Amino acid sequence: MNRQQTDDILATAQAWKAAGKGVALATVVTTWGSAPRPVGSQLVVDNEGKFLGSVSGGCIEGAVVTEALDAIADGKPRLLDFGVSDAQAWEVGLACGGKIQVYVERLDG
Amino acid sequence: MKKEILDQLQQDRAQKRPVVLATFLNTGEQRLLYLYGKKGLKDIDPRIGEAARAALLEDKPRTIETEQGPLFLNVFNPPLRLVLVGAVHIAQALVPMAQLAGYEVIVIDPRSAFGSAERFPGVRLSNDWPDEAMAEIKPDLRTAVVTLTHDPKIDDPALIAALKSDVFYIGALGSKKTHASRLERLLAAGIPEHELARIHGPVGLSIGAKSPAEIAISILAQMTAALRQPAERNPVTAAA
Repeated sequence: MNRQQTDDILATAQAWKAAGKGVALATVVTTWGSAPRPVGSQLVVDNEGKFLGSVSGGCIEGAVVTEALDAIADGKPRLLDFGVSDAQAWEVGLACGGKIQVYVERLDG
Repeated sequence: MKKEILDQLQQDRAQKRPVVLATFLNTGEQRLLYLYGKKGLKDIDPRIGEAARAALLEDKPRTIETEQGPLFLNVFNPPLRLVLVGAVHIAQALVPMAQLAGYEVIVIDPRSAFGSAERFPGVRLSNDWPDEAMAEIKPDLRTAVVTLTHDPKIDDPALIAALKSDVFYIGALGSKKTHASRLERLLAAGIPEHELARIHGPVGLSIGAKSPAEIAISILAQMTAALRQPAERNPVTAAA
């Protein structure tokens, strides 16, 4: 795992929270086949949709940020599946043919 | 995630404590798991504890199936460290190689003529005796210890400290004969026989290394194998 990046992301989550923002973390929890980012890769999102980090090579970040905004709003964690097996995948899928699962959670308290 | 958990996690990472963040993906329930020493994780389902330990050792986060649904184990390991005992010629070659491979290197040699800043520029040096130096370094699951002095007065206390810790790799320079007498001394010092098998001696993969740099390569290669392919999956790297 890229140490520097993890530092930035978790430290950023803390800083954004301390600044009074709504914050969500997205984490790659499972991958199948060729996935662009390894398990454990993280993305932090604030309530305005600003984000840092990555859970793919840029293919699904848009969809993850949308879900993260919903999680910030309702506080419910989400488990998202992404793959290329259907037509919709062309829109928010992984061009590399991999499949990944992303866990999205709000930073509470 | 609760803010307290994130704050604690960041504190653990700042203090270089290896930690696993366990998340039940169905409910969002979370806790931090610590694998201190060999007796850690007493209050945890042993299967989860084993998986967390494997995830830490392999530095690979993973999702496992449990009775309460999928559990994600995210790994937060401190940086890799290499403790070299003996500021000798081989150490001079091994230091930059290990640094390239991502290790923070610490060189211990109580003989200040060897362990000098001129010989090891920009390296953390300790001129303490190895037992004191090791107590301060606190070697962990992400630490390798290699002794290079051939001098039992210096090497043995370092090996004893390493064997009492969770380091992933222990190597000791010296011929088969030197190693045999070393094992006898350590046995006499009260180290159990099965623990002695953790020492790679003679150190390094057998690649016919002759020069200090070549020996350094063979040591770093063996360390890498111990880190990335633990012994049960790679008999070649299992200590004798």
